[in-house]
Amino acid sequence: MTSPFEYAPAPESRSVVDIAPSYGLFIDGEFTEAADGKVFKTVSPSTEEVLSEVAQASSEDVDRAVKAARRAFEKWSALPGAERAKYLFRIARIIQERSRELAVLETLDNGKPIKETRDADLPLVAAHFFYYAGWADKLDHAGYGPNPAPLGVAGQVIPWNFPLLMLAWKIAPALATGNTVVLKPAETTPLSALFFADICRQAGLPKGVVNILPGYGDAGAALTAHPDVNKVAFTGSTAVGKAIARQVAGTDKKVTLELGGKGANIVFDDAPIDQAVEGIVTGIFFNQGQVCCAGSRLLVQESIQDELLDSLKRRLSTLRLGDPLDKNTDIGAINSAEQLARITALAETGEAEGAERWSPACELPTSGYWFAPTLFTNVTQAHTIARDEIFGPVLSVLSFRTPDEAVAKANNTQYGLSAGIWTEKGSRILAVANKLRAGVVWANTFNKFDPTSPFGGYKESGFGREGGRHGLEAYLDV
Amino acid sequence: MSERLTVFKTYKLYVGGKFPRSESGRVYEVTDAKGRWLANAPLSSRKDARDAVVAARKAFGGWSGATAYNRGQVLYRIAEMLEGRREQFTREVADAEGLSKSKAAAVVDAAIDRWVWYAGWTDKIAQIVGGANPVAGPYLNLSTPEPTGVVAVVAPQESSFLGLVSVLAPVIATGNTAVVIASEKAPLPALSLGEVLATSDVPGGVVNILTGKAAEIAAPLAAHQDVNAIDLTGAGADLARDLEIAAADNLKRVLRPQPVDWSADPGTHRLTAFLETKTVWHPTGSLGASGSAY
Repeated sequence: MTSPFEYAPAPESRSVVDIAPSYGLFIDGEFTEAADGKVFKTVSPSTEEVLSEVAQASSEDVDRAVKAARRAFEKWSALPGAERAKYLFRIARIIQERSRELAVLETLDNGKPIKETRDADLPLVAAHFFYYAGWADKLDHAGYGPNPAPLGVAGQVIPWNFPLLMLAWKIAPALATGNTVVLKPAETTPLSALFFADICRQAGLPKGVVNILPGYGDAGAALTAHPDVNKVAFTGSTAVGKAIARQVAGTDKKVTLELGGKGANIVFDDAPIDQAVEGIVTGIFFNQGQVCCAGSRLLVQESIQDELLDSLKRRLSTLRLGDPLDKNTDIGAINSAEQLARITALAETGEAEGAERWSPACELPTSGYWFAPTLFTNVTQAHTIARDEIFGPVLSVLSFRTPDEAVAKANNTQYGLSAGIWTEKGSRILAVANKLRAGVVWANTFNKFDPTSPFGGYKESGFGREGGRHGLEAYLDV
Repeated sequence: MSERLTVFKTYKLYVGGKFPRSESGRVYEVTDAKGRWLANAPLSSRKDARDAVVAARKAFGGWSGATAYNRGQVLYRIAEMLEGRREQFTREVADAEGLSKSKAAAVVDAAIDRWVWYAGWTDKIAQIVGGANPVAGPYLNLSTPEPTGVVAVVAPQESSFLGLVSVLAPVIATGNTAVVIASEKAPLPALSLGEVLATSDVPGGVVNILTGKAAEIAAPLAAHQDVNAIDLTGAGADLARDLEIAAADNLKRVLRPQPVDWSADPGTHRLTAFLETKTVWHPTGSLGASGSAY
């Protein structure tokens, strides 16, 4: 039986983006092959189609790129801030002009819905460059004393969940403050960073100011370990973040780490249920839950648990999973086979440990990497799925009776990146927000981002902030 | 009639608001700059370090939850109490650091003034580093600094009192609690500071002072899963690197050692080094406009 709400396919056109059969590394303003000639394939996670073949950086290439960035640093850092600003404004504008192309590209390479790349990733990318462009000639007024100096060469390693947005979070403040950059995108999502290299050329950015090195973890480790790198910025797993923290011990390298999370989304009994349900869905199913600040633990007050879960399940049944390029798609593909295996294994652990698994009726495409929206009830704090970051569309539901209990459970984690609060009572919002050990607290909303808003974690979610005036500090010698 | 025999002081640790000896029962000899015996100081153990962390964690909720005004008054009270014991500290600093009486007095004065400086910062730092962010949407977005938690402090080795106060005061001014390892060879001014703190309305456990071998006590603190940050100021290069590696295990915030002129304007970076930024969002709604309030 067809539902009266059946949608016709509404795919965004792929013709706006022209993906070359192969790409090089971007070093000193030129695309170049890897020193050892290695390449790797990047595939579309929704179809497993090979999109392109990309040069794979090795430590030799890292050295080449760091040297290029070092050469470029003297002139770039000596440019008047107003001139650096204009380059960044140019980049912001070109991103806006090419945003449809980049959105389609990102959806193809990452697997996330076009709705998200078009309405969230790309607008935030352009806004981030626009915001930090304006700082470049105002650093004296940023609260770090007069004439704050840049650090030098920044080695930046970014994840695959928001490839271009994470690039923007790293590159925009680095350049605004006068640093030069070597950036390694994730191996499963190299393409938008390489398109960004082309944008740098269109903007006339001086050679060597931005260098892009697609590659694997070995290239990232070589970059963060390079003795001529002054600043390390990493977004990714807590395990790798700890390895980097050990690696830089005893050096002068400044480090910022944005790592994992196990965000609690706390719903009190007076919350508007429908709005809370939307917030829960946004919190854990945005980007297939592959979000470090995801609200992956739902803490619901016991008296409304049944009502809330009924509404939530009803809502999950309406989510549309499928072709990420389709404008009606809510849930896209998981980014890689490896990530799908990790999510699958953790979900199986959840069942094995006694939690109750539920997913809406949901047909998964036959090719590509897919995981149905999933929620677990009967979850205790001791369960693996309540403790470990799953980084997938899997929600663990726990309950509480009092605000104190909610806070205690929310804070009972090694992480401290995000949290959510749903209640109509203002004083309760403020009291609970005050007690939560998390860097971002969304009250009666969730997963909102803005270039002016500092983002980053407490505890093992990392240190340093990205965004806002706070984000400048990571790239200044202060 | 014979000359009166003076009463010696037994120098003891300051942990959880109490003055215990080291649980190990160990002491070590402390001498002045010329090698003359001054006192036996507790040689703290790993267990003392862990006990201090427990005390610091227990005190964190109350101290971080106190109003900034209240913390400011408590820090100011420390300055008041020190002023009254200025002679004693001048003597101890002179002995400890081999300074003339007038130079030692200048050091003590600077240390007292440093408490006053940080007392004034407690209710201002949030306005300097926090504030509302103009996000592009109908949301109130507010960033506020919050203390990181329990901070382990390896106090400077040379500047046994001014240096100690200069690293300790900024940690607790913002609401952190501290476990401090005093200068290894000049620990007595630090132990006497404990007596001042105990009579200055500083809640027990907010500051915990240990003496002994820096390497021995710092290692368990750097590796401790309930310590949130570590200030390595008093650690040599090799020890600092080892401690930073150990600190990575739970991603402590690390303040690396760097040359410091303790008499210079301290700035704010020791305050901000042990602060987290929390950003809270809330919808503002939109009265009079179309569309949902959420």
